[in-house]
Amino acid sequence: MQKLTKEDVHPKIIEALLGADTDITIEDALENEMILNMGPQHPATHGVLRLLLRLDGETVMSCVPELGYLHRGYEKMAENMSYYEFIPHTDRLDYLSPLSNNVAWVLAVEKLAGIEAPPRAQYIRMMVAELARIASHLVAMGSLAMDVGALTVFLWTLREREKILDIWDILCGARFTNSFTRIGGVANDAQPEVIAKVKWFIDQFDENLDECEKLLNTNRIFVERLDGIGIISSSDAIDLGMTGPSLRASGVEFDLRRATPYLFYNEIDFKVITYKEGDSLARYFVRVDEARESAKIVRQILDKMPIGSTMANQPKNVLPRKTEIYSKMEELIHDFMIVNFGINPPVGEIYSAIENPKGELGFYLVSKGEGHPWKCKIRSPSFNNLQAIPHLLKGHMISDVVAIVGSIDPIMGEADK
Amino acid sequence: MELKDLIAKKLSDNFNNVHFDFSEYKNEYTITFDKKYISKICKFLKVDDDLNFMLCEDITAIDWEKPKNRFTVVYHIFSLKNNYRIVLRADVDESDCNIDTVTSVWKTSNWQEREVYDMYGIKFNNHPDLRRMYMPEDFSYYPLRKDFPLMGIPGSLPLPKK
Repeated sequence: MQKLTKEDVHPKIIEALLGADTDITIEDALENEMILNMGPQHPATHGVLRLLLRLDGETVMSCVPELGYLHRGYEKMAENMSYYEFIPHTDRLDYLSPLSNNVAWVLAVEKLAGIEAPPRAQYIRMMVAELARIASHLVAMGSLAMDVGALTVFLWTLREREKILDIWDILCGARFTNSFTRIGGVANDAQPEVIAKVKWFIDQFDENLDECEKLLNTNRIFVERLDGIGIISSSDAIDLGMTGPSLRASGVEFDLRRATPYLFYNEIDFKVITYKEGDSLARYFVRVDEARESAKIVRQILDKMPIGSTMANQPKNVLPRKTEIYSKMEELIHDFMIVNFGINPPVGEIYSAIENPKGELGFYLVSKGEGHPWKCKIRSPSFNNLQAIPHLLKGHMISDVVAIVGSIDPIMGEADK
Repeated sequence: MELKDLIAKKLSDNFNNVHFDFSEYKNEYTITFDKKYISKICKFLKVDDDLNFMLCEDITAIDWEKPKNRFTVVYHIFSLKNNYRIVLRADVDESDCNIDTVTSVWKTSNWQEREVYDMYGIKFNNHPDLRRMYMPEDFSYYPLRKDFPLMGIPGSLPLPKK
């Protein structure tokens, strides 16, 4: 392993790490305190997260996260492409739940342009968003367990997730980067075979999740490595801008599905899961219970799903179906106009947020009446949740770092944009 | 009284010398005022018992590409008590490209302001740790400004040493 030298770390980062203290050396590590560089390529940091740790023995004294290793400039790119063209890019934000991001983006654009999708499309969106939540929480569970040394569970939760990917394969034609939603609707209607498959998945899911959970909840090593580790109080969690499961594990009952209902969540009966403890174990419990709750929501959605069209009837703003473009003149013209000049929402600015698996994913869009957004800001949950990491790590052992990072479940794709 | 009227009334009562512009678009209540008062007003909105805007969701800026008041800094804050979101806006001129920080009000604004600084070059006065968020520290441009080309500036990012 190569030794870290002063040239590898920018002086300003060192300054942030040390604060007022200067009793530290980088070269002579074992003298007293030392600086350890963790990442950006570290298997337990869930992507390219770099943490600079100041250690006293094995205790973390302070920590400075460094972001930007996956920065692709999506906000700049969004300003230079039409609203339709950005849909595939939202897949790459939180790449574990692409469908949820798709839904967030089209809801923002629809709010800006004043389009309303038909009820069936909205129910399908809800269904895929909840399936994405289950898939994302399964990966979070598995990878957290893997971080603290329980390898088997990862295979089991990924086996469950694979079934969801199979459903997406039939529904969207892609397993991973789906780009399924469209402005004003969804790309494909949910065929009976998809519905049947979702039903089958939901019916067997509870039992399989119980199985995975039993492996972990009775595993003493797993529980003791998380219990009481990385505690954050509810007021600190709000102050640090945490949202999603990480916030609810501190006892704050804040869920955008309940707080500012979008789609048809106000017609669905579900519990907002909260735990009081605020430690890593509680964050894990919230995710498991939420996955179970999402399965309950999907079951209700399947019961309530209406029949009808899946695309809004606003030809000036909504892309027509491909079969119609090839056979009808009017549709061909609209397709040409929308693809080449965009949908030109009225001048204005809106903020629209949904509850993503990781927390609140918001899009702030400014339109000047052109085909491209004048500004697009992505409010990503992982970015804000990561900010709590220095607070959570302080005073813990170095082996707890991976447990705490895993329990926050950051996705660098959306934290770095 | 509706919540937005209450906010408007409370703000006008407590800050007589500040000129507020209230507007509403698509159910989003927006308050525009002078950048000098930003930290005082944020503090007030957070600690007031009826309003309690505890969560700062997002801080960002807009580059309008115009000579006067080129930037607008936009704050989205949320009240968990009332389940209500408001938008605060303050204009920043390019010649005086700075605004007071709100890190003393919400800790989460630390990184959000660093991101705005990184992308737009707007300095936040009294910020505890104003470094670039995504770009390397010695990068000398501000990528989200409208005059920064989409393809980037060749040679502005040195490759790492072998």
